[in-house]
Amino acid sequence: MPRNLALIDCNNFYASCERVFNPALEGKPLVVLSNNDGCVVARSQEVKDLGIKMGVPWFQIEGLAKRHGIIAFSSNYALYADMSNRVMAILATFSPSQEVYSIDECFLDLAGFERRGFTRYGQEMRSAIKRWVGLPVCVGIAPTKTLAKLVNHVAKKRSQFEGVCNFNELGAGEIDALMGELPVGEVWGVGSRYAARLQQLGIQTVRDLRQASPKAMRQQFSVVMERTVEELNGESCLDLEEMAPAKKQIMSSRSFGRPVIALDELAESVASYMSRAAEKLRRQHSLAGAVQVYIRTNPFKERDPQYSQGMILPLAEPTDDTRQLVSAAITVLRRLYKPGFAYAKTGVMLTEIIAANQRAHTLFDDVAGMARNKNLMLAVDSINQAYGRGTIRLAAEGLNQPWKMRAGRRSPAFTTCLSDVVVAHAI
Amino acid sequence: MSSCFHAGGRPALRGAPFTLDEPLSVVPLPGIPILATPVPAGFPSPADDHAEGRIDLNEHLIAHKEATFFVRVAGESMVGFGIHHGDLLVVDRSIDAADRSVVIAVVDGDFTVKQLCRIPEGVLLRSGSATHSDIFVGEEQTLTVWGVVRWSIHQVWSCPETSR
Repeated sequence: MPRNLALIDCNNFYASCERVFNPALEGKPLVVLSNNDGCVVARSQEVKDLGIKMGVPWFQIEGLAKRHGIIAFSSNYALYADMSNRVMAILATFSPSQEVYSIDECFLDLAGFERRGFTRYGQEMRSAIKRWVGLPVCVGIAPTKTLAKLVNHVAKKRSQFEGVCNFNELGAGEIDALMGELPVGEVWGVGSRYAARLQQLGIQTVRDLRQASPKAMRQQFSVVMERTVEELNGESCLDLEEMAPAKKQIMSSRSFGRPVIALDELAESVASYMSRAAEKLRRQHSLAGAVQVYIRTNPFKERDPQYSQGMILPLAEPTDDTRQLVSAAITVLRRLYKPGFAYAKTGVMLTEIIAANQRAHTLFDDVAGMARNKNLMLAVDSINQAYGRGTIRLAAEGLNQPWKMRAGRRSPAFTTCLSDVVVAHAI
Repeated sequence: MSSCFHAGGRPALRGAPFTLDEPLSVVPLPGIPILATPVPAGFPSPADDHAEGRIDLNEHLIAHKEATFFVRVAGESMVGFGIHHGDLLVVDRSIDAADRSVVIAVVDGDFTVKQLCRIPEGVLLRSGSATHSDIFVGEEQTLTVWGVVRWSIHQVWSCPETSR
C-alpha cells in the first residue's frame, strides 16, 4: 500500500492575496515586487502569459508594464504572513501530520483519510481554502514527497486535473508519458544547476532521471540525488518534518531605500533590525550568546568605492534583552564602520542560540533584576503585537528612519491593523 | 551545603504567612551559597477552585477564526439593519449566505454591504434605507458574495479628546 502524501501549494500566492482584498484586480495582470521594489517576486497568471519571468528587475519591464496595464505592488509581508497562517491552520484540520514547508505550501500525510477517496479529499481542501480565505491552491498526492511536488506542478499546469493530481491513480503509461514531457529541472531539489550537469549525462527529462541508476547518481552527485531517484520510483525516503526545530541562527537584514553614509543612520538601522531579531528570539523562547553585524556597499555600483565587513561579538551572558543585544550590535558597528563609503545594506545575526531554560544559573545572578527585565520585554512584545510593529521601540532605532526601504506600492495591512481593514460601501 | 537562605542569611521561616510576588533581592554573603528562588508560602486563595476564564469576545463573535475578516462600513444605506457609517463588521466567509443574510458583495469591483434577497427573477441586493436604491442581479449575471456579516460593532461612547 503506497503512502498518500499531499503537497498543497497556493497559486501565485502574493498576487492572489492582493486580489482577495481588492476584487477590482480580478483578471488584471499584476506583479508583486521584492524589497525596495527591486525585482518581480510574484506574478499573476496574466503576467506569466505575457512571458515576464520571475526575478526580473522592475525597471527593465516598466515600459512593458505600462503598455499592458500591469499593476505592481510592493511586498506586504504582514498580509502574506497572516494569510499563510490561515491557510496552514485550515489545512491542519485535514490531517494531524503536517509539515509547513514554506509560506505558501505544506505537506500532509493523508494516512487514515481514505473514506471518500484521496482525490476527493484533495478537492475538499481546495474548496475550503478558496471559500474560507479566497485563495486558489493546487494539490499533488503521491507516495513520496518528491513525487507529490512533481504532480502538484502537473495539477497547476494541466487544467484537466482540476487542481488535484493524484499520482496513485495514474496508470503506468500515463506516468511514463507525463514524466517524458517534463524537463528534469522540474524535480524538487534538482534545480537549474544540477539540471545542466544531468543534461550533459543525457538525462533530459524526469523520466530519464527516474530510470537512472541510484548508485551511479550517488557517485556522480551525492546521496541526495540517489534519494531523489528512489523517491521518483515511489520509494519514500523523506519523512514529514512536523516540528519546525528552533532556529539556531536568527537573521535580520534589509537593503536601504537610498545609500547611507552617516554612522548615526547605520546605527539606527542596526538597532531596528536587532530589535526585530530579538523579538523573534523571544518568540521561540531562546537566548543568544553572540551577536554578529555586517555592513556593505552596493556591489552593483562598480565605480563606487567598495567595502564589506562583518564581525561577531560574544556576549558575557546569553540574553534575549533587546537593550543588551542592541548595545552589543552598535558596539560592533562602531568597530566596522569606515567613513567615506555609501552603504547599501546592514544586517544582524544572533548566534550561539540556546533554549531559555537551558541557561546555566550563576552564583551572582541578579534574580530580581532579571525578572524585571523579562517583564519589560514581555510588555514591549505584547504592546507591539496589539498596536502594530514598532509602536514601542528603543530611541536608538530612530524616529523617522529615512534609510528605510522603499515600499511605496504596498497595500494596507488588511488583516493585522484595525485602521487598515477593508472598507465596504453602504451607498 | 543544601540549606536555603534568604536576605541577610537567615533561615527561611517555615510556613510563615507571607507571599512573595517577586523574589527578594538577595545579597550574597561571602562563602554562603544562596538558593536564589522564592520559597512558596502563604494560604491558597479560597476562590482558586472556582476560577473561570473571563468572557472573551473573540470566542463569542468569531466562530471560524481562519475565515473571519473585519470590514469597515462607509455610508448610511444600511441603517435599517442597525449598521451605521464607521461600524466594524465581523465577516465570516465560511458560512452560506441564506435568504435575507446581510452580506459583503462585490459590485463593479467594489465591496458593498447589502441584504441578499432571493426573488424569482434572481437576487435583489437590498439596502436598509428608503433613500438608497436596491441592486437587482439577474440570473444570467454573476454575483460574488465575499462573506456573510455576523456582527456589527458600533461605537457608542468615544473619548472627547479623540473624537474631535
